[in-house]
Amino acid sequence: MVSFLNYLINGLSLGSIYAIIAIGYTMVYGIAKMLNFAHGDVIMVGAYIAFSVITTAKLPPVLGVLAAVFGCMLIGICVEKIAYKPLRHAGSSLAVLITAIGVSYFLQNIALLVFSSNPKMFTPIIPMNMMTIQLGAFRIQTISLVSIAVSILLVLLLVLFINKTRPGQAMLACSQDRGAASLMGISVNGTISLTFAIGSAMAGIAGVLLCSAYPTLSPYTGAMPGIKAFVAAVFGGIGSIPGAMIGGLLLGVIEILGKTYISSQLSDAIVFAVLIVVLLVKPTGLMGRQVQEKV
Amino acid sequence: MKNKMTSMSKASRDNLWTILMLIIAFAVVQGFRMGGLVNSHMDGMLVPICVYATMAVSLNLVVGILGELSLGHAGFMCVGAFASAFFSKLFENSMGVFPRFLLAILIGGAVAGLFGFLIGIPVLRLNGDYLAIVTLAFGEIIKNLINVLYVGRDSNGLHFSIKDQASLGLAEDGEMIIAGPQGITGTPFNSNFVVGFLILLISTIVVLNLINSREGRAIMAIRDNRIAAGSVGIPITKYKMFAFTLSAVIAGCAGALYAHNLSSLIATPARFGYNMSILFLVFVVLGGIGSTRGAIIAAVILTLIPEVLRFMSDYRMLIYAIVLIVMMIVNWNPTSRAFIRAHIPGKLSGGKKAAGGGEEGR
Amino acid sequence: MALLEINQLSIQFGGLRAVDDFNLTVEKGDLYGLIGPNGAGKTTVFNLLTGEYKPTEGVIRLDGKDITGRSTIEINREGVARTFQNIRLFKQQSVLDNVKIGLHNQYSCSAVSSILRLPSYFAVERQMNEKAMELLSVFDLEGEAETISANLPYGKQRKLEIARAMATNPKLLLLDEPAAGMNPNETQELMEDISYIRENFGMTILLIEHDMRLVSGICEKLTVLNFGRILTQGPTKEVLSNPEVVKAYLGDD
Repeated sequence: MVSFLNYLINGLSLGSIYAIIAIGYTMVYGIAKMLNFAHGDVIMVGAYIAFSVITTAKLPPVLGVLAAVFGCMLIGICVEKIAYKPLRHAGSSLAVLITAIGVSYFLQNIALLVFSSNPKMFTPIIPMNMMTIQLGAFRIQTISLVSIAVSILLVLLLVLFINKTRPGQAMLACSQDRGAASLMGISVNGTISLTFAIGSAMAGIAGVLLCSAYPTLSPYTGAMPGIKAFVAAVFGGIGSIPGAMIGGLLLGVIEILGKTYISSQLSDAIVFAVLIVVLLVKPTGLMGRQVQEKV
Repeated sequence: MKNKMTSMSKASRDNLWTILMLIIAFAVVQGFRMGGLVNSHMDGMLVPICVYATMAVSLNLVVGILGELSLGHAGFMCVGAFASAFFSKLFENSMGVFPRFLLAILIGGAVAGLFGFLIGIPVLRLNGDYLAIVTLAFGEIIKNLINVLYVGRDSNGLHFSIKDQASLGLAEDGEMIIAGPQGITGTPFNSNFVVGFLILLISTIVVLNLINSREGRAIMAIRDNRIAAGSVGIPITKYKMFAFTLSAVIAGCAGALYAHNLSSLIATPARFGYNMSILFLVFVVLGGIGSTRGAIIAAVILTLIPEVLRFMSDYRMLIYAIVLIVMMIVNWNPTSRAFIRAHIPGKLSGGKKAAGGGEEGR
Repeated sequence: MALLEINQLSIQFGGLRAVDDFNLTVEKGDLYGLIGPNGAGKTTVFNLLTGEYKPTEGVIRLDGKDITGRSTIEINREGVARTFQNIRLFKQQSVLDNVKIGLHNQYSCSAVSSILRLPSYFAVERQMNEKAMELLSVFDLEGEAETISANLPYGKQRKLEIARAMATNPKLLLLDEPAAGMNPNETQELMEDISYIRENFGMTILLIEHDMRLVSGICEKLTVLNFGRILTQGPTKEVLSNPEVVKAYLGDD
């Protein structure tokens, strides 16, 4: 029982990281109407930035986190402006998707050139003497609790931002009808940039959390969590922020429990099987909306 | 009527050129080999080149002709490789080399085709981005499953397990055939350039003939406008399944060729992972999406480049990434499209089979 | 028996009843017009007829056979073909191939014989080419058979769409704003073409149109839709002189 609860907490912790990534996916999908395949690799870039600041430059972890957040934000905005914006009116989702795959590949290989393929040991942002917390019979990784707390905080902030601020309302408007939004005087380009900025900043945070929990960092670190977070976004219903949160948490729990009780080698396969089942049974996900194609 | 006749021969002439190009290239290489002008290193590259070119033909059928993005084609190749190698190991001592290898290739194609069909049932109901990500998922699942698969044989017959070697309970005379993450070792080394070339040639002819037929037009109609295709009664699911399955069969044959060129076959990410699927996609994109000839040329060149230009090996992948991005923006950005249309007549409007526009094989 | 019989057809999108209690009878050989202000639900009727949308209520009968709720593909095979308001051609294919795709279900040839280039492949290709050219010549498009359809001028694209729909050998042809975007000359030609296919192919045609010259020129009967409901229906002259119709089109004041 104690070990089950421990696995559950590990699952929720991993899941909350997936959730943070999935929210970025879902926001971009909802507003820019594209699958930003490179989103997972932004996580990796964020982790490398934090690594450089904390481990290489030996600066305080707070600076590392801030650098990761702003670095990723910048990268997100640049990627959108350079690679995706020229194709916004191309009318080919295939072209946009291939471009996004190209960006993903690009980020991975830049990291490969700069940091080499040798994995780096990430210095966790939690000080050594506070790595675990003893709660009665439990010994919990502090980073697990931090991850869960951070993800909840981020979701609350984001929901507040979207519902209570003008830029947030603009994002909502763009996600419903970009054309109408632009007629109402909303800057669509600005809103899409903002979406990428927020999504990427969250990816930066996710990168730091992910590498604090699983401290090996390589150029491919972001790829799998990125794809799994997309699964989480689909699971929760693409375009829905609470959906992404729930989808992420569920997926993390499924992955850890599957790894423990079914097969450690098949854990990825289990996660992907979830995606396939969801798409077959309820393609709109847990909280998604049905969209009918206009004829 | 006359106009029509000349144009029909135009399409066939184009196909004939593609096939002629393949045969000439084959003859030239064979000539060099007989003259002893090909060193052993380059000689070793010939089968992989055929494998990759065949994969390019296969993926082009899905991406260029059907217009859907598959990111799991390495998975089909993996299935073909393991099915055929398994068969060859099983009958290693009980069949002649030629019939066994021929059967192995057919089995590789058939099993991959079966997987393509089964995966296609759920996948092809989806569109666009979802389809891409689900094919990726399936590719990874296939790789994962093969890595936990143990098969052994003893005097009692075959034993299967998905746990470990010991749980097979093999008798003393038993031998391992598939050893989980160690894969299959000692597959007979049957692949050679001639067989590889024939597989590539046949795949190319099949795809080219398909494109210029009633079925091929139906497939391209679905790509160009799904709603209109439905409105004229094209059975959309049937033709999507058909193209997807045929593509998987071709990938499976390429996998069989690949497996019989390796002493140990392991389902590693480097060989059958998602990055490999992306590499095939790079072939298709660089060759000009929809152009079979272009895809083959791109596959050959990109497989040779790292050998020729070793000094830039570090930058190779980075360059591929940039190629993907730049090709898409140049060919699809409305402004640059208008520019190309205005300055290079026939470029974007002339290519009947091209979905994205590219640089070769129009 | 009427060729097309629609009884109490309705569809609800969320809270909106886009089409409500729609009834229509089209006799074989009719040239019938469906008119009404923008957003009245005309295209929705077409989408219900062709199976793009499933009706919430009501029955659609073609030649006495209930086709309600069937798929687009089945309905096309039963004999309903259509064009689209926003032209939907197979843009990257030639004009000839667009029509040949329309002929798909009229000919059969197995994939194996296509891939192996067996004699049956060549026979079927030849027949399809001849039939397609015949249809193209009805619309004066035979000279452009090899042009990529996206490169055709707008008016010809609309005609090609009709030719493609005709290729499926329908009993009932649905034209969604066939004259939209055409200049008066092109509209005149289109009216002649429509009359021609009606005379020579015995086609029954139901069309949506805003161009009153075309509607009053060739349609014999009209149904007027407004806010998803039938305002009036009957012979063209009567309908067009109905003050209700004038009001719906021109507004209350």
